[in-house]
Amino acid sequence: MKHAKLGFYIFLIPVVLWLFLLIVIPHIDLLIMSLRAENDLGELVWSLQNYKNFFTEPIYWVTFVRTAVYSILVTIITAIIALPVSFFITKVVNPRFSNFLSILLLMPFWVSELVRVYGWMILLRESGVINHFLVKLGILNRPIEFLYNDISMIMVLVYTSMLFMVVPLISVMESLDDHLIEAAYDLGASTKDIVFKIIIPHAKPGLTSGSIVVFMLTLGNYLTPNLIGGKNSLWFTEQIYTQFIASFNWNQGAAFGFLLLILSTLIIWIALKITRQNLSKVVQ
Amino acid sequence: MIRTLPRSKKYNISLKMYIILFYVFLFAPLVITCILAFNNSDFPSLPWKGFTLDWFFANNEHRVGLFHDVNNLRSIWISIKTAFIVSILSLIVGTMGAFLFEQEEFKFKQALYFLTLAPLVIPGVILGISILLASNSVGAFLEEHLGIDTPLFAPGFWLVVLGQFSFITTFVVLVVSARLKKFDRTLEEAALNLGANRFEVIWHITLRYLKPALLGGGSVAFLMSFENFNTTLFLVGSEPTLPINLYLQVRDGSTPVINAISFLMIVFTSTLALINLYFSNKKDE
Repeated sequence: MKHAKLGFYIFLIPVVLWLFLLIVIPHIDLLIMSLRAENDLGELVWSLQNYKNFFTEPIYWVTFVRTAVYSILVTIITAIIALPVSFFITKVVNPRFSNFLSILLLMPFWVSELVRVYGWMILLRESGVINHFLVKLGILNRPIEFLYNDISMIMVLVYTSMLFMVVPLISVMESLDDHLIEAAYDLGASTKDIVFKIIIPHAKPGLTSGSIVVFMLTLGNYLTPNLIGGKNSLWFTEQIYTQFIASFNWNQGAAFGFLLLILSTLIIWIALKITRQNLSKVVQ
Repeated sequence: MIRTLPRSKKYNISLKMYIILFYVFLFAPLVITCILAFNNSDFPSLPWKGFTLDWFFANNEHRVGLFHDVNNLRSIWISIKTAFIVSILSLIVGTMGAFLFEQEEFKFKQALYFLTLAPLVIPGVILGISILLASNSVGAFLEEHLGIDTPLFAPGFWLVVLGQFSFITTFVVLVVSARLKKFDRTLEEAALNLGANRFEVIWHITLRYLKPALLGGGSVAFLMSFENFNTTLFLVGSEPTLPINLYLQVRDGSTPVINAISFLMIVFTSTLALINLYFSNKKDE
């Protein structure tokens, strides 16, 4: 058994080192950093000043609330778009195509987010492809700027996170027994009843895990709000970036980072509690 | 409704239209990016001015194609280097994690597993800044107390590697664990009874069985590292990875060279994704 014990430590030590050196300690450092601020003499002291700044400066908390609300909105839109798609792929289309369609679905998401966002910029901007066709077809006299507004930003955010909703939905839909729907149909249930009383309740676990991931990724997104939303669309990650890189106020940035971390874990925790699931089940 | 039930024509057509629109939405930005990589125009926009390979191969005073663009080539090379090291490291530690959680029993296992999953719910930006802060603290401490100036703890190549490793390992743990769960442990017992030690068993039997998952996990790790932006953003020094380099160019106005790079990235990642898919299908057999 001596070998087995040795083996155990050989597995344990790298894993513990990874988790503590790269996950736990940096986050403790983040918390400590956020609680330090300069006093009148320019010395670093313990203080809640960074958190106070957040609440007294409307631009900070307004951006924070905006980011949270928009992330929830993006999550809901993603779910509404993804439900029929996953249903179609698993239940409606000829089984021969269903595999092909799912592979096709995955392909764009392997490509870097930056490339996908860039693709949307080429499509949407004033000199972009969509404007080119609209002017050519005579629908517009002059190109319009489609970029740099909230609607395009939300659309691209939905696009970016679509995969993380569709994949769990496809896997729950696959486990839905066709006979249930047939039985309901034979008993005269309407399509609406089948959707709301059979399909959606069955899809609920996939819907929750998808929503959690989409919400988290949208909340922490930096590229899309920055490139598509532009200066008009403030996102909280941009505030963090500004504090760190532009203002070089790391303590303030750390406080913002910690607030975002609390927000994301809190909302995910609530979502898990409401739907009575736990994290380790959701990720499987 | 479903395959086995009669469907009205209206239902059929509207659902099909919806799916077609969805796939157009999915592929439009990628297809247009690729097409414009071959447009003989100085801007990545229509009208179509004819086919050209300039954005890959040209090297004159007006146009410098990708293969002569030192700046972009360097960032591609840095990304490949980073992704390679990150996938090796996360594959090693991730596989150890999978063994730990699937095959060992110990105190605080649940708590440790929970920590392993934590990177899934930490936004990438936060992970980046927390690692930046921690390494900065360590660097400052070393300089103050020992008088050693360590570039290792300043933003740069190795910090990017550490930052990406910190969350990609979680994904490797999940991929390898999934396969390890299906492993028949009586095979190990048989080998142990025949006189093999634990490491011989792991080396000759378990790892062989895990090979598809290791290849799959490795390619996932490579891709995730190659395209990571959020965590990397805070950790880069003077050597930007490809996504960061592209971001700076896109933000400050772009040329079709970016389309050429995007085209290559799309081809490259799709190939890797298909290979990964092939192995994960094999895994299910």
